Amino acid sequence: MLRFAARRVALTIPVLLGVATLVFALIHLIPGDPAQAMLGEAAPQADVDALRRQLGLDRPLLEQYGDFLAGAITGDLGTSLRTGTPVSTQIAERLPATFELALAAMLVALALALPLGIAAATWRGTIVDRAAMTVALAGMSIPNFWLGPLLAIVFAVELGWLPVSGRGGVEHLVLPALSLGLALAAMLARMTRASLLEELREPYVLAARARGVSRMRAVMAHAFRNSLIPVVTIVGLQFGAVLTGAVITETIFSWPGIGRLLIQSIGFRDYPLVQGCILLIAVTYVAVNLLTDLAYGFLDPRIRYQ
Amino acid sequence: MTRIGAAIVCATVLAAIVGPAIAGVDPAFQDLPLRLDGPSAVHWLGLDELGRDILARVLAGARISLLVGIIVVGISASVGTLLGSIAGYYGGLVDEVVGRLSDILMAFPGLLLAIAVVAVLGPSLTNVVLALALIGWVGYARLVRGQVLRVRELDYVQAARALGAATPRILARHVVPATLPALIVQATLGMGGAILAEASLSFLGLGVQPPTPSWGTMLNYGRAHLLDAPHLTIFPGLAIAVLVLGFNFLGDGLRDGLDPTMSESGRR
Repeated sequence: MLRFAARRVALTIPVLLGVATLVFALIHLIPGDPAQAMLGEAAPQADVDALRRQLGLDRPLLEQYGDFLAGAITGDLGTSLRTGTPVSTQIAERLPATFELALAAMLVALALALPLGIAAATWRGTIVDRAAMTVALAGMSIPNFWLGPLLAIVFAVELGWLPVSGRGGVEHLVLPALSLGLALAAMLARMTRASLLEELREPYVLAARARGVSRMRAVMAHAFRNSLIPVVTIVGLQFGAVLTGAVITETIFSWPGIGRLLIQSIGFRDYPLVQGCILLIAVTYVAVNLLTDLAYGFLDPRIRYQ
Repeated sequence: MTRIGAAIVCATVLAAIVGPAIAGVDPAFQDLPLRLDGPSAVHWLGLDELGRDILARVLAGARISLLVGIIVVGISASVGTLLGSIAGYYGGLVDEVVGRLSDILMAFPGLLLAIAVVAVLGPSLTNVVLALALIGWVGYARLVRGQVLRVRELDYVQAARALGAATPRILARHVVPATLPALIVQATLGMGGAILAEASLSFLGLGVQPPTPSWGTMLNYGRAHLLDAPHLTIFPGLAIAVLVLGFNFLGDGLRDGLDPTMSESGRR
């Protein structure tokens, strides 16, 4: 297992280096002079020169790149242009809110997807199956930036049951988590169904069925647990989609997380903060994928020897 | 479901082509005294915050959505097929370079890289297409590479090679056509994805800029009137959901029909 883990970690290093390089290159993609673009066309030349010096844009590219990598490793992501505070401090303040939302969305997704997927597989080919899969496909098609406002209209405005925005108690979490988790639930329901159907064809399930075990019991007592392995993997791999979805959901519900910080910093042309947010989300995604890989290798020993 | 999907897509294409002419209202015309008016016999879907007819703007927005979908999928599929087939056929260094490049691009979840690119290049329709194509080709390249690895070992490809056919000819005449069924399925599902992505970016204020009508931009501006004029939010969102659902139904149906090995029913 240690060799497997070491190999997986080693494979991640060049990807992280590539991610950091691309994020570093972002600021140099800005058309014209990046410092001028950040301050606006009307900014005095002295201010532009000062910002260029502050960002290190007046130094050779390789030197800037080396400093960026060294800073990224030590957690120094520069200083926000708008607030003057370190980017890493601002991100650290917002991180718990995003993780809270992402976790809640994943719980919502699992709570909706598993019963739907199990029902579709148990009653395969029936109207239950078709209805469940149609609902799932519809769920994948509904944009969360539409679902969010609709949920707010019904549950916050019309019924007054839940708050429309902000972060606080569990009641604040319900609508954003639902809005973010539904598309994932739809995908997981399809995955659960496919995985269960595959498992139901295994000899041990067929043997149980031959002994007279009902299809429902064969699903719940035998196939379900084993069918969960690919589903858990997908949950891990979809963490990234949840993080990106959070950018939109946080904007809709004024949720004070990384996603909202990213969109606000784009609005203010605070590019060091934009770079920091992008880098952090991508690195988190890579780390979660690595952990998912390692967990999969731990759960299924065959993977370690491939 | 395939038929429902095809019907939705055909109806939207038709609406995008002839709709604005039939609607008879300029999507940019402002009737300010009637701003935020709800659906009525004259304005079926109501008026927006500047008194513009929402039906006319939804129909005009369909053009933008379909245009973005077609261009993004066209560029992504072409670049992805080219790089994926070369990587899969030749292997070695080319395969390594394409593989590592796609690994890096895939390390940015979902729309994140597109958001970053549009953030630095500036919000516009062209930059949205560029950003979405930048991340879009990876899926096609991986798909085609996998297919090419399988197809290049088949007897008829070996025979063509033994007869002395040049590699570009083998790729173009024998290998790439064999990947088409899977590619068509991916492209159909990709249309829905690209439309959703454009709407997401426009919703965040990073895509199509006003006054050009785009469903995502309409939703973005509708947010401010969620309480007093929910129709600003309901109709553009419904248009996105229905069209994306249409492409998803169609893609799923095509997968079952064209590529049984990839379908869920095929795996039963």
